[in-house]
Amino acid sequence: MEYSILILILPLISFLLLALAGNRMPHKVAGTIGTLSLLAATVTAYIVAGSYFGAGRNADGVFAEVMPYCITWLPLNETLSIDMGILLSPISAMMLIVITTVSLMVHIYSLGYMKGERGFQRYYAFLSLFTFSMLGLVVATNIFQMYIFWELVGVSSYLLIGFYYTKPAAIAASKKAFIVTRYADLFFLIGILIYGYYAGTFSFTPQSSMLVAAGGMVPLALLLMFIGGAGKSAMFPLHIWLPDAMEGPTPVSALIHAATMVVAGVFLVGRMFPLFIEYAPDVLRIIAYTGAFTALYAAIVACVQTDIKRVLAFSTISQIAFMMVSLGVCTSADPHEGGLGYMASMFHLFTHAMFKGLLFLGAGSIIHAVHSNEKSRMGGLWRYMPITHITFLIACLAIAGIPPFSGFFSKDEILVACYNFSTPMGIFMSVVAGMTAFYMFRLYYLIFWGKSHYKEQLALYNSGNLDHEPHKPHEAPITMTLPLIILAAITCVAGFIPFGEYISSNGHAYTIHLNTAVATSSVLIAISGILIATIMYSRGNSHITRFVNIVMRGPIKAAMHRFYIDEVWLFFTKKVIFNCISRPIAWFDRHIIDGSLDLIAKLTQRFATIVRPLQSGNVQSYCIYFLSGALAIVLILLYMNDF
Amino acid sequence: MLLALWASRNIGQVRTVMVTGSTLLLLLSVYLTIEFISLRGAGHDEAMLFCDSWSWYAPLDINLSIGVDGISVAMLLLSSIIVFTGTFASWRIAPMAKDFFLWYTLLSAGVYGFFISTDLFTMFMFYETALIPMYLLIGVWGSGRKEYSAMKLTLMLMGGSAFLLIGILGIYFGNGATTMNILEIAADNNIPVGTQYIFFPLTFIGFGVLGALFPFHTWSPDGHACAPTSVSMLHAGVLMKLGGYGCFRIAMNLMPQAAEDLAWIFIILTTISVVYGALSAISQTDLKYINAYSSVSHCGLVLFAILMMTKTACTGAILQMLSHGLMTALFFALIGMIYGRTHTRDVRQMQGLMKIMPFLAVGYVIAGLANLGLPGFSGFVAEMTIFVGAFEVNDAFHRTVTVIACTSIVITAVYILRVVGKILYGVPVNEEHKKLSDATWDERFTVICLVICVAALGVAPMVMSNLISDGVGNILGNM
Repeated sequence: MEYSILILILPLISFLLLALAGNRMPHKVAGTIGTLSLLAATVTAYIVAGSYFGAGRNADGVFAEVMPYCITWLPLNETLSIDMGILLSPISAMMLIVITTVSLMVHIYSLGYMKGERGFQRYYAFLSLFTFSMLGLVVATNIFQMYIFWELVGVSSYLLIGFYYTKPAAIAASKKAFIVTRYADLFFLIGILIYGYYAGTFSFTPQSSMLVAAGGMVPLALLLMFIGGAGKSAMFPLHIWLPDAMEGPTPVSALIHAATMVVAGVFLVGRMFPLFIEYAPDVLRIIAYTGAFTALYAAIVACVQTDIKRVLAFSTISQIAFMMVSLGVCTSADPHEGGLGYMASMFHLFTHAMFKGLLFLGAGSIIHAVHSNEKSRMGGLWRYMPITHITFLIACLAIAGIPPFSGFFSKDEILVACYNFSTPMGIFMSVVAGMTAFYMFRLYYLIFWGKSHYKEQLALYNSGNLDHEPHKPHEAPITMTLPLIILAAITCVAGFIPFGEYISSNGHAYTIHLNTAVATSSVLIAISGILIATIMYSRGNSHITRFVNIVMRGPIKAAMHRFYIDEVWLFFTKKVIFNCISRPIAWFDRHIIDGSLDLIAKLTQRFATIVRPLQSGNVQSYCIYFLSGALAIVLILLYMNDF
Repeated sequence: MLLALWASRNIGQVRTVMVTGSTLLLLLSVYLTIEFISLRGAGHDEAMLFCDSWSWYAPLDINLSIGVDGISVAMLLLSSIIVFTGTFASWRIAPMAKDFFLWYTLLSAGVYGFFISTDLFTMFMFYETALIPMYLLIGVWGSGRKEYSAMKLTLMLMGGSAFLLIGILGIYFGNGATTMNILEIAADNNIPVGTQYIFFPLTFIGFGVLGALFPFHTWSPDGHACAPTSVSMLHAGVLMKLGGYGCFRIAMNLMPQAAEDLAWIFIILTTISVVYGALSAISQTDLKYINAYSSVSHCGLVLFAILMMTKTACTGAILQMLSHGLMTALFFALIGMIYGRTHTRDVRQMQGLMKIMPFLAVGYVIAGLANLGLPGFSGFVAEMTIFVGAFEVNDAFHRTVTVIACTSIVITAVYILRVVGKILYGVPVNEEHKKLSDATWDERFTVICLVICVAALGVAPMVMSNLISDGVGNILGNM
């Protein structure tokens, strides 16, 4: 356990090294430093997690939380202080594995994907910074340390989205991502302040007497913290930054905006789960309903988007919402009685990180090959990119919930948890799961099947209607396909991990058993979703597709524009805050406040002009003033003497 | 040092003297800090250490008495860092470099004197010494509407001093006209409550003008916009801190009763400062105006925290002074360097500077991130300490204003990122700008020094925080 600090220090050193001296390094050296240090961190993380779970359970049957490091970073008052350290619990050990694995894959992948890009060293520096902050977030010993790394994660995300800083869309997206999440963090911060004041500590395990005494403030604090988590995890209506964040390099989307950072909100709720269950069951219901709505909303939007990365982005939003729902439907800490959702959520977080990372890296490989994000430029790619094709298909099957891929097992547990909560919730989420299968296979068919864009272009070129030879799509280099293969392998086997043995809501071992009814129905729904997609999209634009497009023109258009949520926000920020508040305040300041001070100055000056002639330097007039003054005094004195 | 400067003939000598002098001062204050911490560690727990006193004008009990506690040690350290880096930032000042540095040094002397005085009168005297050179520094070496701004700044600050003088006399006579020593007055604590009600607002406003308290902040944007780089640095970095320091040490410390009762008025004003400053920064187009309004917001937070009157919040206030001092100094230094090249400060006319001057641009991004309170930099530590401290006061009014003040962290992010996105990112559009060069060695040195300080305070805040809370504890203990 003593070496667990290495997991944090290695990426930090690599960041500092690359940030300070990166410009003088050749690309190869920078890439190697970043990747090797992360490889070492990954190995350490596996050892730490292995020895943590290997150490066995306590006498009372749970994995004890271990705190190998803790220092007082900033003492605040008699009771409160901000500590920094490492705290291992089952879910943080799991997160260590998830983050280092996906991050390592992304590091290797980027060696090929970002080859020759300007700012290659900067890219690796930011990746290391991100990995450091994300790891710091999951091993936080207290909620404030979590907040600190939470902010650092936000800024590394900002820097990476804006990596192509000459692209206006990337600049706008990075700004939007930072400000939206920062807005949510404001609530998180206030939540922490309330929590800290009433619990008398920032740690995750406060004294229950303090919380009981605080009464209604604890649920409020937890609700505010959830809003913070909703910002990072892109829950409706704070999801607007995530689709735009796809302007960053694709491996970054895989790491940050699919696998790790966006699940921080889920992790937060998971970390505070004992408090939620005990003091704020109502807040959990809010989480469940927000999550359910977000899942549906994002799934609908994902069905009509044409940009491959945006489809994946909305799919991410929808899947994270699944995790949130799963946490929200928990009614007790016992996994046998309504606490199943906790385990299911963490399980899904784990499997989703792997297959969504895989999907994004696959998308990156496709974009790399055709030089575009638009689906219209793809089609028929299976011939040219066999490895990408197979791995992408595996990921699609996993996310759709087809056995034996990992997504089936975790999603099934979520659905069981939903049915345990209430039947309508279960049915609702099953439908959304069916839509997931539909939009993923729509994407899959449009990319890999149908008419090949390259062939069309080539035909045009050969007939002389195109003046340049089209670029032939090709399979990616080994640095890019290797991560795809590894992640695909994990996706195939991860479902068989006895997850409940390690992580469950009360810490006791829980054996996962498939609920046959739910499993069968969810597989059937998934298959029907795939079938519909097959009918509509497997041969390019079929008649049915055209028919649907015409009948549903209105709703499709609305969904294309993401139901105008972005416009509502934009109206609010641009029109209301900027034009109706900030501008007038600036004007008010310059003209009213400053103006009135200037007015005072002017009046003083005017007055001075009036009295100035008095000091004319003319001795005669001074004489007259003096004499008349003296006379006046004498008169007054005489007058007063009379009385 | 002043004398040496006066004697020096040419620019080379002036520079040598300035560098030696400011380095010496920096070393001295570092030494003082270490010595102070070790003395505290050794168990010396008087309120002030290194006390000394010379009788100056016995009939009015005016003494030249000096002494330092944790707060003033921290402020002295800040001032010497800014003076030191400011010297490098004005390396190429012309014309009349000698006179410039003369006034510059006089200003710093006033600042140092202010922080070490423990006597009301000498403190006031040093305060004035620090203000007057500002008029000349802006009026002569400034740019734009410099005469107007210099006059406005001086008049408003002088107006503030007038309030202050009345306040100080009130304290002196209110306490029985026996001593001008702050420590003794605080220990006596026998100013009648009625008198406190009159003189507390006067003193607080008097210092508040310098601390950019709403609605007396309008000198700041104009003043900063026209001042030369190092003067902006020193002004925003150190001079504005005199306000907060004075409010705490004189107004609150000496008239605790009135402070407690009247705090709510000023809390409302400072809350307005915090939010209002940040909001008006959003729609400014001049880089220096943006920063000036940002300073209004951040300095508002200092006064806000002081008025909370809890130990944590006050520690946060002093930390915020340190952090804001370093950050704005960095900001103004960078703006000065960018302006020196592009000859414009209008954000609409610049784009893509990241490609042209990467060093300055990266520096600007770091300054921006520090300003919006990124963990790892000083701003975060200070703001969090303030917010936690302000939350300790458990009533609806304080809670509400704290939440309102918290929103500034979002608004700050908006205006910082807007500027970064507009001027640094993108493709260079202005042909003229493409030929510009990156930072020279003296500029790099300035920026690196300040960045290191900001990061050091952000990564290892416990040293400073302990030092400061020790001083704050003594003062609050009195109240």
